Amino acid sequence: MTNANDKRTVHKLDRRAVLAGAAAIGALAAPGIGRAQTPTIKVGVLHPVTGALAFSGGQARQGAVLAIEDINARGGIRSMGGARLEALLADAQSRPDVGAAEVDKLNEAGAVAIVGPFASGIALATTQAAARHNLPHIVDVGVVDQIVTRGLSNTFRFGPGLATIVDTALENLVRINDQAGKPTKTVMIVHEESAFGSGMATTLNQRLPQLGFEVMETIRHANPTRDFSNIVLRIQARKPDLIIPSNYYDEYVLFARALQQNRVQTKGIYSILGGGASSYRFVKEFPQAADLVMDCNHWFDPRKAASLALKNRIEAQGLYFTYEVFLAYSCMLLLADAIERARSTDKAAVTAALASSTFSDHIMPYGPTRFVNGQNQGARPVVTQVQQRDIKLIFPVEFASGNPVFPRPVGRG
Amino acid sequence: MLEFQILLPSIVNGLTLGAVYALVALGLTLIYGVLHIINFAHGSLLMAALYAAFFAHAGLGLDPYLAMPLLAAAFFVVGYALQRWVIGKASHGKDQNVLLVTLGISIAIENLALYLFRADTRTIETPISYEMLDLGIALVPYPRAIGFAAALGIAALLWWTIERTDLGRAIRAVAKERQGAKLVGIDVDHVFALSFGIGTAVLGAAACLLLPSFYVSPSVGNVFVLVAFTVVVLGGMGSFTGALVGGLAIGVTESVGGLFLGQQLGQLGIFVIFIALLLFRPTGLFGSRLA
Repeated sequence: MTNANDKRTVHKLDRRAVLAGAAAIGALAAPGIGRAQTPTIKVGVLHPVTGALAFSGGQARQGAVLAIEDINARGGIRSMGGARLEALLADAQSRPDVGAAEVDKLNEAGAVAIVGPFASGIALATTQAAARHNLPHIVDVGVVDQIVTRGLSNTFRFGPGLATIVDTALENLVRINDQAGKPTKTVMIVHEESAFGSGMATTLNQRLPQLGFEVMETIRHANPTRDFSNIVLRIQARKPDLIIPSNYYDEYVLFARALQQNRVQTKGIYSILGGGASSYRFVKEFPQAADLVMDCNHWFDPRKAASLALKNRIEAQGLYFTYEVFLAYSCMLLLADAIERARSTDKAAVTAALASSTFSDHIMPYGPTRFVNGQNQGARPVVTQVQQRDIKLIFPVEFASGNPVFPRPVGRG
Repeated sequence: MLEFQILLPSIVNGLTLGAVYALVALGLTLIYGVLHIINFAHGSLLMAALYAAFFAHAGLGLDPYLAMPLLAAAFFVVGYALQRWVIGKASHGKDQNVLLVTLGISIAIENLALYLFRADTRTIETPISYEMLDLGIALVPYPRAIGFAAALGIAALLWWTIERTDLGRAIRAVAKERQGAKLVGIDVDHVFALSFGIGTAVLGAAACLLLPSFYVSPSVGNVFVLVAFTVVVLGGMGSFTGALVGGLAIGVTESVGGLFLGQQLGQLGIFVIFIALLLFRPTGLFGSRLA
C-alpha cells in the first residue's frame, strides 16, 4: 500500500514512527504551527493494478487519483477547513483474498472510506472486509448484484447492477429491432467462462425467447482463448441474425477480428458489457472490426463539458478514456460530497451521508442519486455504437449523440 | 451434423494454431535437449520478443516479417548473454539452481514489462491482417498461413543446423556427454550459451510471426508456455521433429476437441493425450534425440 503523494510504503509501527508521532504531538501542542497546516483526509483507492486485471485496475486508479487532484484543486473539503484528500493506494493483485487483506491495512492506516475495486469477485470480498470495520466502501465497477444484496450497510454501488444492465440491454435491443422492422429473429451468444459471462448467458437464454428471439447456440470460451476460428466457423454455419458477445477485452478483440477476417455477415453485433465494444482503443486499433458494433455498457454523459474535459485530460496523458476511469472518478466525487456533508471523518457519519446522498455533480448519464440498500437507483447503462471511428451514445435518447445504424448495411461487417 | 460439415476447416485451423505452438516449443526443446533444464523464463522471453516486435512496428515502422531476422539476431544475443553471464554463473552447475534462476528471470522480466509498458494489451494491424488464403476446404488468414510455413522452415533449419554443421555436432556432443566434449576441446560454456541463444532467437522469430494474429501484454507468455511444455514432452524432449509434430497434433486436438466437446472442454484432449503418453511412451513420440 503506498501513499499517492510520496509513494512511500506504509510500514508497521517502529521506532522512527514513534518518534514521528511524538513530533506530530509536539506540533499539535504548538498551536501556531498546527494551525498553519491544512488537514488531510485519507481515502483508500483499492484496485487490482497487478495480475490479470491490471489494465482495468490501473485505469480505475487513474480516475480516482485525478478526481482527488480536482477536489483538492477546488479547495478540498470546505466544510472541514479545506481539508485535502490524500489517496492511500492499494493493490488487490487481481485476487479477492488480497483485496480483503488490503482493506484491513487501509483501515489501520486511517482511511475514512474506500473507492474500488473494479471487479465483482474482488468487490464481494472487499465490501465484506470493510463491513467488519464499518468502513464505507463505494464500489466503482462490479456488476454482480450480490454485492448490494447482502445487507452490508457500508456498501454503496454508484453504477448499475447486472439485472438492470440486462433489462436495459434487452429493452433497447427490442426497440432497435422493432424500429428497423424486426430484421433479427435468431441469435448466437458467445461468452467467457467466469461468473460474469456465464450469468449473463443464463439470463439471456431465459429472456430472449420470451422476447421473440430464437437462441440458436450459446458458446462458452475460456480465458484466455488463443483462437476463435472454430467459434467463427460455427457462426458461419449457423448464420444467426445477431451475435451477442460478453467477454473481456483481449478475447473480444480476437473474436471481433476473427469475425472480420472470415467476412461473417450478420445483421449486427450487440454486446452486453462487451470488453472491447465501448473502448476507444478497440475503435482506434481495429476500426474495421469495430465498425457498427453496439454495446450496452457504462458510459459517460457526452453532453457535459466536464466529461469531455476529463476525456481530453486522460487522452493527453496517453491513456484511453475507458469506463473504469470515469466511474472511479465519479465515485471519488461522490465520496467527497458525502464527507463535505458529513463535516466529519467519522465513518458512521460518512456512511449516513452516503446513504442520504443526492449527489448530481458527476459526469454520468444518470438520474438523481438515491441509494436503496446501497444501490444507486439513478444509475443506468446506455447503448453505444461505433460509427465512423467514434463511439456514439444511441440510447437513451435524451443523452444520445447519434442514431442507431441497424441492421448493418451489407458488406460492412 | 454441423460438426462434420466444418470438420475439415477446423482441422486446418488446428494445424495453423499448432504451428504457433510448435514455434514456441522449438526453442524450449533445444534448450532442454542441450542444457537438460526446463527454462521457466521461456514465456517471459517470448513476451519480451513480442514487445520488441510491437515497438519495431509502432516506433520504427518495421513490418514484423521484415523485422524477423533482426529480432532473431537480437534475441540470440540476449539469450547468449543470459546463459553465459547470468544463468550459468548463478546456477553454479546445479540443475535445481538453474530452475530457480530462470524462474527469477521470468518474474523479473514480467514485472519490468508491467512497470515499463503497463498492463495494456497491444497488437498491430498489417496490410494482410484481414486477407484470407482460400484453400478450397477452408479460408486461412494470411498471418496464420505465413506462421505455418515459417514454423516448417524454422524447424527444418534447426534440424539442418544440428545434424549437418560443426556447431550442431558440438551441441550434440555437449548434450550427450559434457565431460567428453570438454576433453576433446569443446568450450562447453560457449556451447551452452549458443544453444540458449539459438532457442531464444527462435522466440524472436516466433514473436514476429505471432504478433500479427495475436496480442502482447506482460502476462501473454503464460498463454503459450504451458502448451509449449506439453508439446515438448509429447514430441520428445530435445527433438525438433517432435516439437513440430507435437505442436501440430496439439493444435488439431484442441481445435477438433473444441468442435465436438465445446470450446471450454476442447483442451481436455490435449491432457488426455499427455497423460496417455506419459503412461505408455514416456520418452515422447520421437524420443530424446539430443539427450
